[in-house]
Amino acid sequence: MKISLKWLKEYVDIALPAEELAHKLTMAGFEVEGMRVIGGGWDNVVIGKILAINPHPNADRLTLPTIDLGTEQVTVVCGAPNLKVGVKVSYARVGAQLIDAHTGQVATLKAAKIRGIASNGMLCSERELGISDSHTGILTLPDDAPLGMPLADYMGDVILDVTITPNRPDCPSVIGIAREVAALTGQSLHIPEISYQEAGPSIEGQVGLAIRAPDLCPRYCASLVTGVKLAESPVWMQHRLQDCGMRPINNIVDITNYVMLEYGQPLHSFDFERIRGKKIIVRRANHGEVLITLDGVERKLSPDMLVIADEDRAVAVAGVMGGANTEVTGSTTTILLEAASFNPASIHYTGRTLGLPSEACTRFERGISAGMTMPALKRATQLLVELCGGVAARGIEEAYPGKTERAPLSLSAGDVNRILGSDFSLEQINNALTSLGFECKRIDSSLLVATPYWRSDIRLTVDLIEEVARVIGYDQIPMTMPVQPLNKPAPTPIIGLKRNVSQILTGLGFQEIITYSLTSLETMNNLSAAAQPAEPSLLRLANPMTSEQEYLRPSLRASLLAAVAANRRHEDSGIWLFELGKVYLPRNNNLPDERETLCAIMSGPAVEKSWHGEGRAPDFFEAKGVVESLLCRLGITASYEPASDESLNSAEQAAIVMDGARVGVLGKLHPDVLERFEITESAYLFEIDLPALLRFVVGDKLYRQIPRFPAVVRDVALVIDADVAHQRLVDIIKSFPLVEKVVLFDVYSGGQVPQGKKSLAYRITFQSREHTLTDSEVNTVQQQILERLGGELGAGLRG
Amino acid sequence: MSEQPEQLKIKALQELEGVTSADKLEQWRVRYLGRKGELTLILRSLAELPPDERKTLGARANQTKVSLEEALKQKEQVIKEAQLVAAKKGGIDITLPGRPLPAGRLHPITQTLHEICDIFSAMGFQVVEGPEAEWDYYNFEALNIPPEHPARDTQSTFWIAHGTGNREKSASVNTGTIGAVSPSVRYEMEGGEKPMLLRTQTTSVTARTIAEVGEGKRQLPIMVVEPGKVYRYEATDATHGWMLYQIDGLVVDKHITMADLKGALYEFVHRYFGADRKVRFRADYFPFVEPGVEVAIECAICRGDGCRLCGDSGWIEIAGAGMTHPDVLRRGGIDPDVYTSFAFGMGADRTVMLRYGVDDIRLFYGSDLRFLRQF
Ligand SMILES: [Zn+2]
Repeated sequence: MKISLKWLKEYVDIALPAEELAHKLTMAGFEVEGMRVIGGGWDNVVIGKILAINPHPNADRLTLPTIDLGTEQVTVVCGAPNLKVGVKVSYARVGAQLIDAHTGQVATLKAAKIRGIASNGMLCSERELGISDSHTGILTLPDDAPLGMPLADYMGDVILDVTITPNRPDCPSVIGIAREVAALTGQSLHIPEISYQEAGPSIEGQVGLAIRAPDLCPRYCASLVTGVKLAESPVWMQHRLQDCGMRPINNIVDITNYVMLEYGQPLHSFDFERIRGKKIIVRRANHGEVLITLDGVERKLSPDMLVIADEDRAVAVAGVMGGANTEVTGSTTTILLEAASFNPASIHYTGRTLGLPSEACTRFERGISAGMTMPALKRATQLLVELCGGVAARGIEEAYPGKTERAPLSLSAGDVNRILGSDFSLEQINNALTSLGFECKRIDSSLLVATPYWRSDIRLTVDLIEEVARVIGYDQIPMTMPVQPLNKPAPTPIIGLKRNVSQILTGLGFQEIITYSLTSLETMNNLSAAAQPAEPSLLRLANPMTSEQEYLRPSLRASLLAAVAANRRHEDSGIWLFELGKVYLPRNNNLPDERETLCAIMSGPAVEKSWHGEGRAPDFFEAKGVVESLLCRLGITASYEPASDESLNSAEQAAIVMDGARVGVLGKLHPDVLERFEITESAYLFEIDLPALLRFVVGDKLYRQIPRFPAVVRDVALVIDADVAHQRLVDIIKSFPLVEKVVLFDVYSGGQVPQGKKSLAYRITFQSREHTLTDSEVNTVQQQILERLGGELGAGLRG
Repeated sequence: MSEQPEQLKIKALQELEGVTSADKLEQWRVRYLGRKGELTLILRSLAELPPDERKTLGARANQTKVSLEEALKQKEQVIKEAQLVAAKKGGIDITLPGRPLPAGRLHPITQTLHEICDIFSAMGFQVVEGPEAEWDYYNFEALNIPPEHPARDTQSTFWIAHGTGNREKSASVNTGTIGAVSPSVRYEMEGGEKPMLLRTQTTSVTARTIAEVGEGKRQLPIMVVEPGKVYRYEATDATHGWMLYQIDGLVVDKHITMADLKGALYEFVHRYFGADRKVRFRADYFPFVEPGVEVAIECAICRGDGCRLCGDSGWIEIAGAGMTHPDVLRRGGIDPDVYTSFAFGMGADRTVMLRYGVDDIRLFYGSDLRFLRQF
């Protein structure tokens, strides 16, 4: 909202410089985002009057007006078409800083000869003065503009660009801000009682009014003005509107806009002659009812919407836009002026549904107080009488079915200080509220506070407390620290696990990435190498922005693949990435299951090529090593079982299993999948479901005594059928009591190993917690191990 | 005088550590101990000082001089020995690069979230999280934002279709204005089911945390911070993204005041942005708090004079906050006459951008290693 400082000063005394005022408003919740000084460069521009206009001897289009400046007379050369003797104009002396109408740059006015005649300064257009873009003629001023007065004194202003929070529908207005300024600066407010001559017959009997939907229209007020003439509004009003960002249209529309800016209440003017039956009916729209609004568009209405109607038809969409059928035109002579209060939710709905977020609509949907209608209506009627030659009917037609009495609120200093942590006295509180127009009555040690009619936002005592804090100043509130709770709950385990996992993985050489959570169906289908991929169960947005971002992702894989492909364009070393994020799995009639998932990808060697040699490209066992290392750090040993993941190469993949439950998968990405993501090298992926893993994370570790007796280490090389898994041997070896540790240190086939067989070499560590093992003890156990391996798996010692 | 002798000493010794060759060492000597060296200049300037100051500063400067000369002598020795070793047959060139080891990093946003959560944890806050796909209730209604509230217009929303499959069903609602459409329309659109959305603010977790009290799942007092992703139906550019990170916070206890809110947030700013950073605490409006606060910090670029980064205001908004609205507490079963509460929220992306001077928010989610490896 643009607020003119000069306009503001009509209602409140302001002694502060504009910057300080802006600071005070900002601190109190009205952020001043910008300030525009009008007339800052008008040092050499004064008000003059055209005394005579002589023709230019050498140019038909130019004239030589003589200007009276009060103390002197000057003659200039001028090309403007709108010169008239007797008109007040702005005259710039040589040396004035004006905006060049053609370049838009500020330039110093120089003495010049134009077609052989010296021009002693010039007359200025609005564009040259920086007021508006208008350059069709010079700026003309009202007849009462004082001769010789510097234009900056007459027309200069500061326009504050103030952000009004939506809870203050009373404040996008000059008077609303004036009230705040008065409270914040301790200056006095002057809001005059409006009066005007009511020369016409009583409005009663001339206008009928009925509210058929009192839930949507608590109050409707109307005045009637006859004999108005449509014309341009006065220059001063046009300038004010322009300064505040509105386009002048005609005197009637300008007056309603002017009063809206001044009082904050939107108004609407009807051509009363076209209101059929001379009746205003406020009702819900009928099914299938249509109305052509002022912008010429036919609007389809529904019973959810409120209309202003006459006997036969709708004449306006209430609070949103007027109808073309009753628009004020050049032939209009009688104006019915409306100031009403509408249900904000209904206005919000209607405005959005019709796609008509008008200024009036924006104001109404914030909930303007019904009390604001009458003062604004009177002010606008006054202006219609004074500026448009109208005759006002006596009285105002009003219906107020929604009239309510607001009970005063009780407030003590204790209430205020309990919330603010301050030590404000009742006196301070009383002064703060009174300065804002609240009426406070002291009863014992409390105040009984009556809210002024314009404050629709005040409902509870906390609302009053905020007012006190704003006026006294947030900087007057002390600073303390909240006391820490004694029974501080433990952190959520999954949060700790996420942090732990991400830190371990960075240590293992992975870069963390964060990618968008939305994906497309196509991308998800690309993750499967199967000929007929299973239909993924996905959560869809009702209003996606693009089809690339239509579904909540059920997997992080695609993001990592895309990241590898994108980075590969400029990266020749390895790309090891991980993401720790949620996947979203739909559930019936419930929020989706959001599962924290770890997904990592390895493409190329972990380390750069250097003078130490090339890095090793990852293989299945490197990926498995990373998973094992990660799980080991978390205190977990998993087993690895065959898997059939459709993104992965069927020969090189494994499920990560804990206690029979699958917690993740790892393997080599399928070449078809890689190709779809435009990756040309091999890559490995692992994925772990963190909530599933969490069940196995060892929270409290228990110390185990370091063995006091020496260990015995034996190496055994076994020959076994090639298709027997290593895991089966290890499981058997580990099942023996004295075995502390088993390490596979060689896998070999070919050479002396028979066809269809392989050789596995294990280093077995034997240890007792009770005594030093003897050779014969170890021999016995080793023999038992070999017998079981031979009996169950057909393994024999390598010869 | 620009520098104290002690500061100069620290700087010089630090620099000396990186010196590995004889000619670099000579440059170092000239810079600090030479005829126009920094320390020499300090010693020369003593003459202009009043006698008592001259005495104390002189003593300190001389001490520094002795230390630096000593360090110089040691370094000369080290370099000489290194040269000898290298000259010997079979000696190694110790300047050759070491064997590379993998170096992973956390995403800058993760780093920032960890840092912010750690600061609040140290103040006694518990870190909690909530769902990103959320009921309208927790994201809006429970926070005093009913369907027609103007605050919804500033938080355009992604709505989630109920059920899976069947994408044609609601293709017609893809208008971009759904966030503002009346509930009757929206319920109709979703076949009468509860509206589900992608949360637009982590304040939804605040609403959930408060509701847990009423449901008997959480004990008072509460002191939590709530980091996470949020989503806005918004066109993306350098400063706006449709996915971003926020951190909200909530404290509920007997005797919690706005002074506590001010204390906690000033403390946070000073720990995260530095103790010398000016803070501005001004009135603002958020539907779920009363009184409402905007917290801004002095612009790091212009230090308050106004520049492009801060929109000429000299201040950068970092958080919204306030005393939790009594209706919000009551809705969760907390009696506002017994308990008081404050809440706050801030954007993590913006914080990271401010901190590192990142000028395009899209870099965070673009996974470009050339960007990510800088943090
Ligand atoms: Zn700045």
